[in-house]
Amino acid sequence: MKRVIALLMENQPGALSRVVGLFSQRGYNIETLIVAPTSDPTLSRLTMTTEGDERVVQQITKQLDKLIDVVTVSDLGESDFVERELMLVKMNKNSITNDEIENIEGKVVFEDSEIINLQFVGEPDKLDKIVKDLDKKEPLEIVRSGSSGISSNSKTLTI
Amino acid sequence: MSKKQTSGADALIQSLHKEGVELVFGYPGGAALHIYDAIFNQSDVDHILVRHEQGAVHAADGYARSTGKPGVALVTSGPGATNAITGLATAYMDSTPIVVISGQVKSELIGTDSFQETDMIGVSRPIVKHSFLVQKAEDIPEIVKKAFYIATTGRPGPVVIDVPKDFTDPNHTFEFNYPDEINLRSYKPAKAGDPKQIKQAVELIVKAKKPVIYSGGGVIQSDASSELTKLAKLLQFPVTNTLMGLGAFPGTDPQFLGMLGMHGTYEANMAMHNADLIIAVGARFDDRITNDPKQFALEAKKIHIDVDPASLSKIIHADVPVVGSAKDCLSALIAELNKEKLDTSKLQPWLKQVSDWRNEHGLNHSMLEKVSENGKILPQQVIQSLYKETKGEAFITSDVGQHQMFAAQYYFFDKPRQWINSGGLGTMGFGLPSAMGVQFAFPEDTVACVTGEGSIQMCIQELSTCLQYGLPIKIININNAALGMVRQWQDMQYGGRHSSSTYEDSLPDFAALAESYGHVGMKVTKFEELESAMKECISLKDKLVFLDIDVDPNEHVYPMLEAGNAMDYMHLSKDKKTW
Repeated sequence: MKRVIALLMENQPGALSRVVGLFSQRGYNIETLIVAPTSDPTLSRLTMTTEGDERVVQQITKQLDKLIDVVTVSDLGESDFVERELMLVKMNKNSITNDEIENIEGKVVFEDSEIINLQFVGEPDKLDKIVKDLDKKEPLEIVRSGSSGISSNSKTLTI
Repeated sequence: MSKKQTSGADALIQSLHKEGVELVFGYPGGAALHIYDAIFNQSDVDHILVRHEQGAVHAADGYARSTGKPGVALVTSGPGATNAITGLATAYMDSTPIVVISGQVKSELIGTDSFQETDMIGVSRPIVKHSFLVQKAEDIPEIVKKAFYIATTGRPGPVVIDVPKDFTDPNHTFEFNYPDEINLRSYKPAKAGDPKQIKQAVELIVKAKKPVIYSGGGVIQSDASSELTKLAKLLQFPVTNTLMGLGAFPGTDPQFLGMLGMHGTYEANMAMHNADLIIAVGARFDDRITNDPKQFALEAKKIHIDVDPASLSKIIHADVPVVGSAKDCLSALIAELNKEKLDTSKLQPWLKQVSDWRNEHGLNHSMLEKVSENGKILPQQVIQSLYKETKGEAFITSDVGQHQMFAAQYYFFDKPRQWINSGGLGTMGFGLPSAMGVQFAFPEDTVACVTGEGSIQMCIQELSTCLQYGLPIKIININNAALGMVRQWQDMQYGGRHSSSTYEDSLPDFAALAESYGHVGMKVTKFEELESAMKECISLKDKLVFLDIDVDPNEHVYPMLEAGNAMDYMHLSKDKKTW
């Protein structure tokens, strides 16, 4: 089962490698990983998606929490949450029409006479579907950010 | 009055002094030379020169395990740092509080593949509790404070401080201030257990008819032996200890079942397998205990007390998980139980059963009474003789292999911190250097290193350190001229094919070797000589004695769990098993 884990960690050198290292060391998978500083510059927020049953995910969150640089950890799947991913697609301009772009809720973020860059935001499943649809139009390059997530109740991931 | 200006190197040593450090085990080298100069210029912190960095870390570890105080090792960059890795991994697996300070190349050279550069933070990352790369000299006092706090609290563990050479430069000075307190927002170790969980534990305890207490190294780490003993006495429950937990409950107490697990006693493993309640304290249900976790103690409810929440339900589901230090949780549990009316009479059939198991297949602790059938000395007899001559009061360190298991089985440890061995990592070479750490901490006590001709050769260079500092360690070399545990497995599982487990007459004359290092060497080959030689060895109070004893090379360690089964599947001898 896919799980989304969010955590806050000290924004300092070496912290990220401890988190990533833990996954390889303990044999857990990372499917996607996003990390960026928060509005508090001493903290970074990291969101990762991983595969595993209840027990494995519990172990992962406990082991992450044990890392000295990790301030707080949350398994977002424990309550309702919103998951979104950003996708950028580069195409030959003549391979797709404006109507087609609109139909799949794409946004044009760059275009010149040859190339067009499209932006999509949505749940990963939706992006999977768009990738499939675009496939026959032979996109030049597709880049996905990996999932970011936020819980949709009043609880917040803060220190 | 303005405070004295110090360099980073002076600040480092003064910080160690502020932490109460008296001894540092280490080995100098280029990147650490400013630090070594700072050591030379003061007298608060002594430095012990080892012969290999692995020895330094094991010695610091032995010091920590025997005293409960953090041990400190100092090494240089590059090979100094990588040589410390086995010691760090050993301390990590057994959760011992040590701080390893490694010199690093100048900060401007980091990442350039400069001479003796190794990414120590990267290399040590999976085997430390935490690590620090110093970013400026002024940070050193605070980093040392944090390092000791992290190493010694919660589930203890090793911490690395990597110090680039320019931050210890004597030409850069600053005002030294050592912080009184440290606040780490991301690190809050658990203390007392949740009262609700304690109450639930009590409910299970009062109902139990076939209980057993299974305790591990966590009880020793948190100095909770007296609480454990009190609990066991209050409840009259039998107690078994892990390899790491020996000494937490008196080994000579009739309630004690001996060690459990892979080479645990028959009665301990049978009690675990048939129990209806297991109280696990400071133990982690590792694979050397549970055998097949799917078949582990299926009838038993499990109360699991551990300071590390990640240990709970990691391998075996805990019906009642209690997070907190063994000391605080056991105290709370005892207080709660004191409110109950306890009926120990319903335990009688169970205690009788346990006692029957012991009578049936328990270990024979009287093997000195007669010579073995083939006339050769048995390794068990060596341990029994050592126990007799030291009156059970020595610190015993061990290496790894058959001799380690025999020592764990046949020496009764009545006190915590008396038994020092590498349980988790299983590090050959640990015995002698860890004994140095113990002997420095307890100069008046007998410290014996039980080892074998394989393990001792992995850190034998420390014999020279022992002479330099006059350490009268007793090295009990159980010499079967083979890598005994490897050979045992080859006998049992590989059709007796002894692949690379013997030395083809290439072993040194250990007694002569010890003599050449300036120590006393003794050789024993006959059973009749064993006890008198042991007596003489132990009585030479001021000398290191290397007692090399030829034992029966064909002896195996039993009981031994049969892999892939429950805990009641045991080999009891070469031709007897429980199934």
